[in-house]
Amino acid sequence: MKIGAIRFEKKQTVSLSRKVLNPVIFILLGFVLSSVFIMANGFQPIPVFGKMITYSLLNTRGLIGSINAALPLMFCGLSVAIAFKMNLNNIGAEGQFAMGAIFGGAFALYGPALPAPLSGIVMFFLCAIGGGLWALIAAALKAYWNVNETIVTLMLNYIALLFLDYLCYGPWMAPKQTTAMTVTIPQDMYLPLIGGTSSGIFLAIIIAVLLYLFLKYTTGGYQISVIKNSLRTAEYAGIPVKKYILIVLALSGALAGVAGFVQVTGIVHRVQAQLPGGSGYTGIVIAYLSQCNPLVILLVSVLLGALQNSSAVVQIMGVPSQIVTMIQGTLMISVIAGEFFNRYRIVYYKADPESKRAEQKNNHSEQKGGAVQ
Amino acid sequence: MEKTALLEMKGITKKFGTVLANDHIDLQLYPGEIHALLGENGSGKSTLMNILLGIYKPNSGEMLYKGEKGQIKTPKHAAALGIGMVHQHFALIPTLTVAENIFLSLDHCSFILDQQKMENKIREYSEQFSLEVDPGAKVWQLSVGEQQRVEIMKLLCRNCEILVLDEPTAVLTPQEAGEMFKTLRKMAEHGKSIIFISHKMNEVMEHADRITVLKNGRVTDRMLASDADIDRMAKAVVGERDIEKITIRSKGKTGELLIDAKDLRVLNDKGLVALHDISFQLKAGEIFAIAGVAGSGQRELAEALAGLRKITSGRILMKGNEITKTNIRGRVSKGISFIPEDRLKMGLIPGMNMKENTVLKEFRGKAYSRGGILLSKAIRALTEKHVSDHDIKHGGLDLPVSLMSGGNQQKLLIAREINGNPELIIAAYPVRGLDIGATAAIHRTLLEQRNRGACVLLISEELDEIFELSDRVAVLCGGKLMGIRNTSETDYEEIGRLMSGESA
Ligand SMILES: Nc1ncnc2c1ncn2[C@@H]1O[C@H](COP(=O)(O)OP(=O)(O)OP(=O)(O)O)[C@@H](O)[C@H]1O
Ligand SMILES: [Mg+2]
Repeated sequence: MKIGAIRFEKKQTVSLSRKVLNPVIFILLGFVLSSVFIMANGFQPIPVFGKMITYSLLNTRGLIGSINAALPLMFCGLSVAIAFKMNLNNIGAEGQFAMGAIFGGAFALYGPALPAPLSGIVMFFLCAIGGGLWALIAAALKAYWNVNETIVTLMLNYIALLFLDYLCYGPWMAPKQTTAMTVTIPQDMYLPLIGGTSSGIFLAIIIAVLLYLFLKYTTGGYQISVIKNSLRTAEYAGIPVKKYILIVLALSGALAGVAGFVQVTGIVHRVQAQLPGGSGYTGIVIAYLSQCNPLVILLVSVLLGALQNSSAVVQIMGVPSQIVTMIQGTLMISVIAGEFFNRYRIVYYKADPESKRAEQKNNHSEQKGGAVQ
Repeated sequence: MEKTALLEMKGITKKFGTVLANDHIDLQLYPGEIHALLGENGSGKSTLMNILLGIYKPNSGEMLYKGEKGQIKTPKHAAALGIGMVHQHFALIPTLTVAENIFLSLDHCSFILDQQKMENKIREYSEQFSLEVDPGAKVWQLSVGEQQRVEIMKLLCRNCEILVLDEPTAVLTPQEAGEMFKTLRKMAEHGKSIIFISHKMNEVMEHADRITVLKNGRVTDRMLASDADIDRMAKAVVGERDIEKITIRSKGKTGELLIDAKDLRVLNDKGLVALHDISFQLKAGEIFAIAGVAGSGQRELAEALAGLRKITSGRILMKGNEITKTNIRGRVSKGISFIPEDRLKMGLIPGMNMKENTVLKEFRGKAYSRGGILLSKAIRALTEKHVSDHDIKHGGLDLPVSLMSGGNQQKLLIAREINGNPELIIAAYPVRGLDIGATAAIHRTLLEQRNRGACVLLISEELDEIFELSDRVAVLCGGKLMGIRNTSETDYEEIGRLMSGESA
């Protein structure tokens, strides 16, 4: 502490104004930082940002695009959040997303033809089962052999994504196509559009509300919370911890699988390589920013969806796509940083005379007493 | 004392929401004295010490340290000033050695650990203050008493002039406590000042120089230890109302056989045999005490009965039915309840609120959930009932229990475990951390439970408590059952002998 020191301290409480103001300040900061990239490439930052915002949030078409882009993010965010409610790090939403799409896609493309609403429902459950089973591998390893679920879910991503690649480049590839994608699924399985917005949004809202109620008011949610807070006390109370690891991770995987459902039936209408496109990882960011609150996840997803959606507009202006990615990254980091400073404060210690004197005294007596460093 | 005070706290006031934890407290500390802080549960002792350590900021009041005014802003600041604290829950890293742990705690720890220098320093202090610490030992191998010595050593190595100890003897055996006080006295003789919190009046009278008593956040009495007597202190702690004398000693009818344990063999956490084929029988309507020095297998016995530890061989019958393999939930529903020793690690959920802690064992019951939905009104009512039955002080039912005072946490845990008329109550050190009023109340509760027809398995290190409460006493030593006696037909001496491993 000789020259003063900086430290982070966890805050006890956060006032509402800080909660709102902090992200705003940091987003502005993010804009300032990304201006540097934009100007370095010879563009005017203000018009670029102006277009980004108007075309992703302020006009109807842009907003619809943003919500559609947000759909898979919502489910991935919910997926990561529910696992984290029990201190399980599921960073495998990406792979579970892919497995969900594969299971559902197999049915839609090669399964028996069923009448319209039924086929969609079957596909929904198959996507959930695909994602859920994929997560269950990590869950079983965790529950019975205490293998770290963080690593297993991450590794399973590679397998799932490569398997998806294999299918789309190989057996499932549409004839006379050069890109790695299947043929489109039957039209009666498309999620209906409501004024341009995919009706998947209602699914997301319903599931988020159900999750919220489940966590808050049911014995299941209570037990999850006990396990998260104190594993030993949970065992002491006879809560079946292993069973909950299996259930919660499977549920988490199922939610990511449903992201595959909305993406396939609502947006792209086919299965293609790289379908998740990083949504599983963005889900981690969303869960963090929303503090795992399912309802907040919906809103945060729309914001991040808007960020993704805005890239197209900016590219039209001639800004190279790499720069757009850099802008997105910068804004995202700023938002995360803002959230961090909502939870922690910087403490600066001056080397005030009091402690300096004590320090000197300490050093002095240490020299007398045989000195430890 | 003519000397000038080393530390003066004046008019310290601290509010937590609506709770006035400290209400204009004055405290003086002189160089070279041992100062005891006594007081009711929730009276603000820990809060006051946390203010001294810079962990909390007082709402008002001032502090003079070495005659200079100033506020202590953070624990680091306190450390730089030479003020250090041993918390009730130690902060050691189990996989590192003692020397490494101490090294890490130093403020200006340089990048490279000079192992030799460090160990020499520790040995030197060890000798000087008769504080036995092996610098090379790994922390996980140490007993609670040894870990506490490491914590004290940390403060010595930081050249602390004021040492604060929050209920240091609660987890120590009487013998370890005696050793600790010897060390503290030596440190005082070297001019260091010591403040310790305790609920045990005998040790306070014997080892302190001065005593300050708190109640409801205020100082109710101050005295020299030489002027102190139990009545005066008790009155200051609990106020005018008399401490209930236990009168329901009279024993009811001998109940039926409740638990029949045969040849129990149980392993400890390290995989070594903790209980060597012990057999005993528990009857309904009795208090059966387990005596023994710490680590004789009490914890393993309690956990084996509660269903938290695997029984390697042997069997347990409850009312004639085998429950050896019945899981915890099954045993809870058969009426076995368990008050474990380390409530914050197991028993309570520190991060969750009082209601959520209250309903932990019963949330599945019809009264507290329907179709998987928690009935929050019923849960709140149950919590409020516990609060009023057991006089629990708290800052709100929605606050996490980690913010309650230690004694009040314990009361909540006990209230939960005796709720619902259990048949067997396993109580490990049930009055640890309780003030004398609360101790008497809990003792009365246990006797009431017995008279109702429950069996209480009381694990305790205090022979006074055992002789006062129990009908029979079993002695464990090194995992072996040394003998079972009727409490009325034995004496301290015989039990003491059995505890040290001499068979009768
Ligand atoms: N961080 C906190 N937030 C809210 N309330 C608190 C906090 N810390 C303490 N309290 C409240 O302040 C009161 C005094 O608590 P404190 O821990 O100082 O008591 P204590 O004298 O140490 O009691 P015990 O003997 O039981 O340990 C209690 O009612 C407690 O609920
Ligand atoms: Mg306390």
